[in-house]
Amino acid sequence: MVTRQVYLDHAATTPTHPEVVDAMLPFFSEKFGNPSSLYSRAREARKAVEEARIKVATALGASPEEIYFTSGGTESDNWAIKGIAAAHRKKGNHIITSSIEHHAVIDPCRHLEKQGFSVTYLPVDEYGRVDPAAVAAAITPETILISVMTANNEIGTIQPIAEIGKIAREHDIFFHTDAVQAIGAIPIDVDALSVDLLSLSAHKFYGPKGIGALYIRKGTRAETLMHGGGQERRRRAGTENVPGIVGLGEAIEHAVTDLEGRTRRIAAMRDRLIAGILDTIPKSRLNGHPTQRLANNVNIAFRYVEGESILLMLDYFGIAASTGSACTSATLDPSHVLLACGLPAEHAHGSLRLTLGEENTEEDIDYVLEVLPGIIERLRSMSPLTPTDTR
Amino acid sequence: MTGYSDRVMDHFMNPRNMGEIADADGVGEVGNPACGDIMKICIRVEGGRITDAKFKTFGCGAAIASSSMATEMIVGKTLKEAWGVTNRAVAEALEGLPPQKLHCSVLAEECIHAAINDCRTKNGLPAWAEGPEAGE
Ligand code: FES
Repeated sequence: MVTRQVYLDHAATTPTHPEVVDAMLPFFSEKFGNPSSLYSRAREARKAVEEARIKVATALGASPEEIYFTSGGTESDNWAIKGIAAAHRKKGNHIITSSIEHHAVIDPCRHLEKQGFSVTYLPVDEYGRVDPAAVAAAITPETILISVMTANNEIGTIQPIAEIGKIAREHDIFFHTDAVQAIGAIPIDVDALSVDLLSLSAHKFYGPKGIGALYIRKGTRAETLMHGGGQERRRRAGTENVPGIVGLGEAIEHAVTDLEGRTRRIAAMRDRLIAGILDTIPKSRLNGHPTQRLANNVNIAFRYVEGESILLMLDYFGIAASTGSACTSATLDPSHVLLACGLPAEHAHGSLRLTLGEENTEEDIDYVLEVLPGIIERLRSMSPLTPTDTR
Repeated sequence: MTGYSDRVMDHFMNPRNMGEIADADGVGEVGNPACGDIMKICIRVEGGRITDAKFKTFGCGAAIASSSMATEMIVGKTLKEAWGVTNRAVAEALEGLPPQKLHCSVLAEECIHAAINDCRTKNGLPAWAEGPEAGE
């Protein structure tokens, strides 16, 4: 039995970097004070929280007072969308988003539709890109918010955020972007992108789980979701997750350091993996954009096979990956992202996502390229859909 | 990794009776590729008994394991006995399936029924809607 373990699901989560863990540890024990208290132990915690806030702000080109700590990407997305909707309802009840957003954006939008908002879910092209012209065309006098993700979690497509931000700015409409997959992958500057609200989550860039942040541009009114205390300048109540916040600060500093060098190395492995798969496995096709894609994302559709069975066999060989198929969930619908890109449901079911990270090596790529063709061939031999000539 | 039993993993990694039977006596095909499951079972019937069964499945691990197990369970049975191999029996033989995967074993039951009815209609007999009538 093979013992090699290859983790290729970094878009799902990343291991917490050892230096991040080291930075966090004292805040569980000797520096455990509540930042709101007045004695010196508490001041240590308060200082650490503010230092982390500066690190997050620096990474985004923002000011520290524009950074609010949350429990993660989902809370940040919910806050941005529901918070803007509630605070500006008098101005209008229309929201524009895309059809390939994460559920943490889509579900709050659906929730708002039940409250009387109208939401436009913009289509994407076959590569998963939102057309800025379509954003402009969808704007009505009622539009109060545009929310388009920076980069997609499934297919890695990078969106034309700066163009969309410019359009939003010209029309005086708030612009939110879910940058959960983008931090540490592409350079982010909230001014250059004309972003008013931005969501991020630490565990996607080697930080701990359960901590994230929402950037809210100075002067932007967004209703508070969490009431109950004066924390985060009265906008997000609850005792600060001090170890998590410290971990987020440490992780984001690391994530934006030598961004180019790191992503170049990962992109080279990604390209070798994509080329190797497409060359050796017939009837396979790349999902997402050929160039405007995250350095770590590989997403391939294999005809005639189903995603979960690919994952199970990969797991048997020690490879952890993910799929565009929702067969593992209660619904049998294939990925809404792949369907939005125009992939037939049948092909979407046979999609595999491999997302690389810093600890992956060229040997990991070799191993996947060695194992995967046999797995697909074996599953195709079991499939009643496989035509005889590709066997 | 998805809470599958060892039995399911065994039938998934080492499927029994995978393949097709040339000029089978009965062929059942159920499911729909758009929803991500399609199952095909071929049977050879001699003297009213299933002497061979083969499957091909497009679907998740549970669907593949269910079809493998189902073919094992029907070989040696009369058509009437094979009709009685329920989805529950298949799931039990696999040491259980996760709740959201029970429909994959339902597919196996439906596929057995489709193969049996194909065999019956090929021989000029009426298809069973609910199963063998008393006295059949
Ligand atoms: S085949 Fe999709 S859940 Fe079983």
